[in-house]
This record gives sequence, C-alpha cells and structure tokens, in this order.
Amino acid sequence: MALERSDVEKIAHLARLGLNDADLPRTTEALNSILGLIDQMQAVDTRDIEPLAHPLEASQRLRADVVTESNHREAYQSIAPAVENGLYLVPKVIE
Amino acid sequence: MHQLTLAEIARGLADKKFSSEELTKTLLARIAQLDPQLNSFITLTEDLALEQAKAADARRANGESGALLGAPIGHKDLFCTVGVRTSCGSKMLDNFKAPYDATVVSKLAAAGAVSLGKTNMDEFAMGSANESSYYGAVKNPWNLEHVPGGSSGGSAAAVAARLLPAATGTDTGGSIRQPAALTNLTGLKPTYGRVSRWGMIAYASSLDQGGPLARTAEDCAILLQGMAGFDPQDSTSIDEPVPDYSANLNGSLQGLRIGVPAEFFSDGLDPRIAELIHASIKALEKLGAVIKPISLPNMQHAIPAYYVIAPAEASSNLSRFDGVRFGHRCEDPKDLTDLYKRSRAEGFGPEVQRRILVGAYALSAGYYDAYYLQAQKIRRLIKNDFVSAFKEVDIILGPTTPNPAWKIGAKNSDPVSAYLEDVYTITANLAGLPGLSMPAGFVDGLPVGVQLLAPYFQESRLLNVAHQYQLHTDWHTRTPAGF
Repeated sequence: MALERSDVEKIAHLARLGLNDADLPRTTEALNSILGLIDQMQAVDTRDIEPLAHPLEASQRLRADVVTESNHREAYQSIAPAVENGLYLVPKVIE
Repeated sequence: MHQLTLAEIARGLADKKFSSEELTKTLLARIAQLDPQLNSFITLTEDLALEQAKAADARRANGESGALLGAPIGHKDLFCTVGVRTSCGSKMLDNFKAPYDATVVSKLAAAGAVSLGKTNMDEFAMGSANESSYYGAVKNPWNLEHVPGGSSGGSAAAVAARLLPAATGTDTGGSIRQPAALTNLTGLKPTYGRVSRWGMIAYASSLDQGGPLARTAEDCAILLQGMAGFDPQDSTSIDEPVPDYSANLNGSLQGLRIGVPAEFFSDGLDPRIAELIHASIKALEKLGAVIKPISLPNMQHAIPAYYVIAPAEASSNLSRFDGVRFGHRCEDPKDLTDLYKRSRAEGFGPEVQRRILVGAYALSAGYYDAYYLQAQKIRRLIKNDFVSAFKEVDIILGPTTPNPAWKIGAKNSDPVSAYLEDVYTITANLAGLPGLSMPAGFVDGLPVGVQLLAPYFQESRLLNVAHQYQLHTDWHTRTPAGF
C-alpha cells in the first residue's frame, strides 16, 4: 500500500515535524521506497514465534525505592532555550 | 610518533621514551595540519587534552601504570562530555553542552586516556557514509573522493590517517564495523549490554552499542578493556564479569571451528571482495582453524526488520528534542505546536526526518502488529539461526561489506541503495551478538574488511582470532598515501 501525500502530512503531524509543502512529494516518494523494502517482511511466516525485545531476554532491573538523585535544576536549565524563575518558557498554551 | 599503536604508546610511556604531553602535542599539530582534508573532527579540545596529558604524566611519575594512562583517543560526538559540545552531528544539538559525562567517557578518563576531541558522524548515527552530518561529509584517507563509511566515519578517518591511535564509536547496524572495513581498521561491536549506553545519545536503544576502533586487534582489546563493564545507570547493561582481553590474545587457533555462511556470499557481493575473504579463510586454516559451511536462512529478512525496529525506536527516542529544554528552538513560535514542528523541522536533517516519519508510521494505530511486532518476530528467527549455528562452530566469518567505499554523493538520490550496504552487519545487532571487522586486503586501492561474529560475551575470542591473523598478515599495517 503506497502512502499518499495526505498520509505523509498526517504522519508528520503525529511526529510533530513541520514539513515544507515543496518537500512533500520528494518525502512521499522516499518513504514509499523505504516502505517497499520493509514490506518484504510481510511474506515471512512468523506464526507461533514470540517477538524478541531484548537480545538477551533481560528484564527491567529494579532498585530500592530511595532518593538517589540530587537537584541539578540550575545545570539543566543553563542549556535551555528560554527559562525564567526556574521555569521553562513556552508560548502561551491557555488563553 | 603518530604511527605508534596504543600498545606501543603504553610501552614508550612506561619506558619514558616520550611523555604523554609530547605525544599529545605531536598529534594535535598533525590534526591541525591534515584534518582540513578529512573533516574527521567536529570539536577539538586542545586545552583539555594537554591538561589530561600532564595529569597522566604526573600519575606515571608517581608510580602509576596502565595501558591507557596517557594514551590519546577521540570520542564519537554522541558520547556526552561535560563542558564540551556534544552535537551528535546535528544542527539540533549544535549548541548543546551536556550536563554530565557518558559512562564510557568517565571510565576512559579515569583510566588516564587523553581525549583530543569529538569526531564527526552521521547525524544521530543514521547513515553508512558519514554524509548526513550537519558539519559536512568526512573523506576517506585512502581516497579523498570516497566516503569513509559511517556512522562512526570521523573516528575511522582520524585513526586511519594516523591522527589518533584509537577512537570510540557506536554500532547500531554496522556503524563501527563498516567504517573500520572501509578505512583498513579493526573495529569491534561488543555484545549488547557489554558497554554502557549511559550518556550515549540514543538512536535505536535495543540495538545501539559502543565499542573501539583502532588499527590492531591488540589495541581494540586495550580500548575495550577501558569501556566495558556493568553500569547500574544503564537499564540494559548486563552484569557479567569483564575478562582480561589483552591476556587472551595469544591462544592457539588449532581446531577452532569457523562457520562460513552461504548467505554471506550471495549475488550482491563484489567478486573481488569474495576472493579476499577466501584468502583470509585460507590464512586462518593455515593457523589450524577448521572451516565448516553453514547457513543463516533468515539473513535476507534482516534489513527490512531493521528498517522498522531502528526507525520506530528512533522516532520515540528523538521525540525528546522538542525545542523546550535543550537543543535548537525556532524563532518566534506562534504557539506550542508551531514551536515543536518548526524546531524539529529546522533542527533535523533529511535522513533523520525520513527515519522519524517511517518510525512514527510503523508505530501508529493499526500498523503496530504488521510492522514493529512482525519485525521483532523476525528478530527472534535471526537470533535462532545464530544459536543453532553456534552449536556447530566457534566463530562465523564473512565479508563486512558487499562493496568497497563508494564515491561521496553516489548513493544520495536513493536512501534504500545505501541501506543495502549494511546487509552483512545488521544481523549481529538484531541478535545482540559481538562482531569484529579487520583488514583483509584492497580493491582498487580501497580497503576491504573481513567480519568475525562470536557467541554472546565472546569478545575475547574475536580479539584472539583477529590478533593471531594480524601476526601472520600485514594488511592492517598499510598506511594511506599522504598520511
């Protein structure tokens, strides 16, 4: 199934990527070429095969529920695009 | 002095033939002179390097020793470094100074390694040619019109050109082994979980693994020793003891069973590379190895499965780059959605955008089972092929790449044609196995690599075989003209 321009616009919105209108035809073509490669997968018989998430089948380690991190707010905010009074600034969300 | 390997540097420093400071100054001068041709560094850290070199010399004067104490290295620019930009080859992180060091960086610094700078790479490690970097393409020292491979292309070019004896890299689908092959180096991708991913900017978390690039297996053993080990900060790190890699290099290959998969010699392989791989098999037979033909029947499905799993994980990992807390932010956003969309569109290059879109599509409602889940099932089939094969053999051998380095720009019009170059390396990432590439000869003056794969946590076996091979061949000692 080939993607249409409108599909790519929808996916780009999901991924929060602002694509240029001018780039859309080329991007659509490239994505369809990649999906053509990926679709070769559909011919593989995987009945009764369990999906593999971690190559060594390791599960998430747990740790004791104690505070281990100290406060790094100043260090983290020193690399932010815009901060004020310890808060990250973004455009107004609620009018 | 620039021709010295890590092992030779360690002996020279121990014997007081030169100091780390002298060596560091020599290499920094060489980088200043020669790197403009190659573009292998994104950021040079001269002051930090000299400071670390002097500290290493002082530690040696106080009686300390260690194979990495005073050894100059470089870090691929996705290992976070406090106070030094970590760009990941992207405009998105052009202004990013990490608030902490990657575990790999802090471990190597503690061992006394001297970091000369951060090496160029494909943007967010997505590429096999080092052409997608925001900081420009890297040139192959063997032929400046050709790519060095990727995504650890800057590390590979710098080490091949004798600007550094060794460097760190990362391998998600072949990004250590493929550039090593294309620049006549030895490169090792460890078992998934062997080297900490803490502070290593994520591309595809279930595949990414850091490892060494150097000119010899002996040097890979030294650098890997400094990188490997359990790290509680990395939730997928494996708590297994780390063997002494250098101590295991000299084992005999008598009776070693080497499996040669038929699928590694299919139609796409350049016949001149096939010939060199067969010559390397003959050389290993002479050392006592026994060759067994084997089959990895699901190998052909590896690239399609990889191009679902890696982009899906990338689309999730890269969602953190939103223009709010760090990284690039667009000018004058009109609302929050505009801030996200424009910051990301401006900050990410075309290949990264393509992979984010493919991943977002594969994970979107209604498609998850057909794509991500199917790819994970194929991943198990591929792993099962290896588990069966390793019941019969100790090592699997084949080419690292189907072709030598291509010309810069030759594969830009069709991303899929570049994806296919990773056909022999991707399976090790999907299965989580360790793999190594080592020099096997030249085609038209361009290097060719032979790849070895081993069972989980058998990095020692890979290094042992490669070291014995290098004691009896001299491909790895060849230096590119002009460097």
